[in-house]
Parts: sequence; structure tokens; C-alpha cells
Amino acid sequence: MNGVHDMGGMHGMGPIEHEKDEPVFHEWWEGRIYALTRVVRAGGGRQNLDNSRYRLERLPPAEYLRMSYYERWAARLVNQLIENGVATREEIESGTPAPGSPKATPALTAAMVPDVVTRRNSTRRDAAVSPRFKVGQRVRARNINPTGHTRLPRYARGKAGVVVRDHGVFLFPDTNAEFLGEKPQHVYSVRFAARELWGAQASSRDFIHLDLWDDYLDRA
Amino acid sequence: MADDDPVGRRGFLKSAAATAASMAAGTNVGHAHEHHDHDHDHQAVPSDLNLRVKALESLLVEKGLVDRAALDAIVDTYETKIGPRNGARVVARAWVDPAYKKRLMTDATAAIAELGYTGGQGEDMVVLENTPKIHNLVVCTLCSCYPWPILGLPPVWYKSAPYRSRAVIDPRGVLREFGLQLPDDVEVRVWDSTAEVRYLVLPERPAGTEQMTEEQLAGLVTRDSMVGVANVAVTGATP
Repeated sequence: MNGVHDMGGMHGMGPIEHEKDEPVFHEWWEGRIYALTRVVRAGGGRQNLDNSRYRLERLPPAEYLRMSYYERWAARLVNQLIENGVATREEIESGTPAPGSPKATPALTAAMVPDVVTRRNSTRRDAAVSPRFKVGQRVRARNINPTGHTRLPRYARGKAGVVVRDHGVFLFPDTNAEFLGEKPQHVYSVRFAARELWGAQASSRDFIHLDLWDDYLDRA
Repeated sequence: MADDDPVGRRGFLKSAAATAASMAAGTNVGHAHEHHDHDHDHQAVPSDLNLRVKALESLLVEKGLVDRAALDAIVDTYETKIGPRNGARVVARAWVDPAYKKRLMTDATAAIAELGYTGGQGEDMVVLENTPKIHNLVVCTLCSCYPWPILGLPPVWYKSAPYRSRAVIDPRGVLREFGLQLPDDVEVRVWDSTAEVRYLVLPERPAGTEQMTEEQLAGLVTRDSMVGVANVAVTGATP
């Protein structure tokens, strides 16, 4: 979707605020929201990483820009719990389960955490899918504007570049985000000249690399 | 936002988002927007958010979905165990051990796992080597993709709109803002983490460190140098 999350190339966002000796979490609640999200994620059900990103993208644009990073995570978690029927808005506001609501057993205990944080959970797929492109080939990113989730940023659409690496086969986020199938396909590192993306104002010695799926690309 | 909104998808999402917005703003849903014309910084977040997240945590614990000790363990992991020191050890090893560096450049995921670093958001690693003529810079313009097992959770600036918007259109300007002025003849390679591959910059080993041990070298390597917004300096290292 052409949302405000797709920020590459935008102007007017202000200076970069680099904080010296920055803590991992600035407030107690930030760590809790991060951990709650990881725990709920470990519980399985109707969710995946792409769907999770898509949830952030669907926050109202003004809210997305106003919120801090972990405020977005809080909003996403609340939306997810309500939409998946895990909790009602009333329960979330009150902090108390509705009378007679079922009681589960935690899917993740403290003893499991060291394993969970070091476990690989790759979206790479061991599928026999032929690459459509090879290293060194010129490609053009498709000019697509899907209303759903996509990982092809606007700034690269319609632009030509060169395949510099074939990363192998991964599931396809555009369909995976909406539980429409994994559609495994090759992902390539594609190198774009900054001038191809931004015109003559860019340095001729700058290059931008994007990781792009087969379905995002045509021959150039 | 009233509770009797239409149940259509948009209305539903809007209600849910407004609930979250009220959670974030620490105020009633209907007044969620009255407090938002301030400059946005950490101090501006009402402490009431602590109470609201506490309520959410209690609810999920009561429902049997969450074990509080697991939350503590996750927070502790990223506050004290998984962070940029991991990546610094990878870099230092690559500086002192040419065979390791070769493995790191060919199969970064395996070479990093040799040092014991694996896990979510680091499943498929690629290492980018800085040279006197090439400078690499990593960004995620679409969200906040970052190699957790070796750098920990990303700093605020990495996840912020200013960095995400400008790293791809004005990388040299961004680097100047971080205090790094690159000569014109250096090629800048920006890597937008649009897929599940995660990038680690292998900074140049600074001159004058020939006598240093691997451990001492690791002490010089900063998080910023492994994202590509800084070079490694012998003194005056910052996180």
C-alpha cells in the first residue's frame, strides 16, 4: 500500500536525533510491549511477520507519524488482539477478563526464552523454484501500486538496476501478509544508480541496493 | 470513537486504532487528539502509558496467555545479553583472522553462528566490507529491519522518519550529520533492507591498531560503525 511507512526519499522529516548512550528501552512500558508482542507471536495462530508489518502500515497515517516506535507496537498489539478475538476492547481498557472467559496456558515460559531468541525462523524456503534472473542482468522494478502489503518501495518502481546477488528462495510477503499463500520465489539484491532513482542532483558515485522478489521485476 | 461504530472493516480498524491511540496518549478515546500538538519526544509520552500497558499485561496474564517471568526474561535478554558487543566480536575476529573473514564474506550466517550468534532477524546475514574506496550504509526505509542477534534492538534514530526518509536520497548528507565527511571519490553503497536479509557493515580497521589484541579491537567497534554511519576510531569511541 502507498502508505506513510514507505518513507524512502521523502523530505521534511527533520534532523536525525542521535542519542548518546541510548538505553535499549527508554520506559518500562516499551520493554513490556516489545516482550508482550514476542510472547503473543510465539503463541502462534493467525499471524506472521508480514502480517505484523502490514498491521503497522494500516495505522491511520497521522497516527503513524505522531506515535513513537513502541507506541506503534502497542497500537498493533491492541488491534491484533481485538481482531483475532483474543480480547475485547472493554477488557483491554479495564485490564480484567470478562466473566467466564476461557483460561489458556502460556505458550512461552521463561525457561524457553533463551531458545526462542536464538532460534532461526527463516522465511527462506527449500522449494525448487527457478530464478527468473541471473547475476549481472539488467532488470526494471515493476510499476505496481497494490493496496495491500508490499516490500517494493515507491521510490524504486519503474526504475532500472542490475542484479548483483541471488539470495535464494523466500516466501512472498505480498501474499503471505494476507494469508494468501507463501508463493516462494527468488529474492535478488538489485543495485540502482542513485541518479536513476533521484536524477542529476544525486552523486554519480552513490548506489542504492534493494532486495527484490521475482514478482517485482521485469527484464530491462 | 463510540463503541457502536459500524462493524465494517474500516470502522473496525479505526476503532481499534483509536483505542490504541488512547492507550498511547493516556486519555479518553474521544479526546485522543487534543494532546498531540506538542513536539514528539520521550518526555512527551505520559507516564500513564505505564499504567495502560500494565493493565494490558495483567489482562493477558489473567487470560493465561502470558507468563510474566517470560516477559522479564525477554526484556533482560535485549537489555543485557544481545547487543552490539556481539557484532563487535565478529568484526574484531574478521580483522585478526583472514580465514574467518573469508568465511564471513562468503557465508555470513554460518560464520556469525560460529561465534554463537543466531536467532530472529539474523537468519540470513550478509556482510558488507568498507574499503578506502567503498562505504556501506544500512537502512530500512519501510520499517525497522535490523540484525538483532548481533546488534540487538535498533536505536531510535534508525527507526525514525528522518533517517529512513533520507538515507536513500541523501546518504552523504546523512553521514555528514553523523560527523562523517566522505571524500567525493568514495563510492557510497546504501542497502535498503526490504527483504529478510540482514546486513552488517565490516568497518575498516583503523591504522595504529596493529599491536592490539582481538578483545581490545572489539572494544573499539561501535554500533554506528556496523550500521555504516561512522568509521571506527582508535580513541573517542561512542556507542
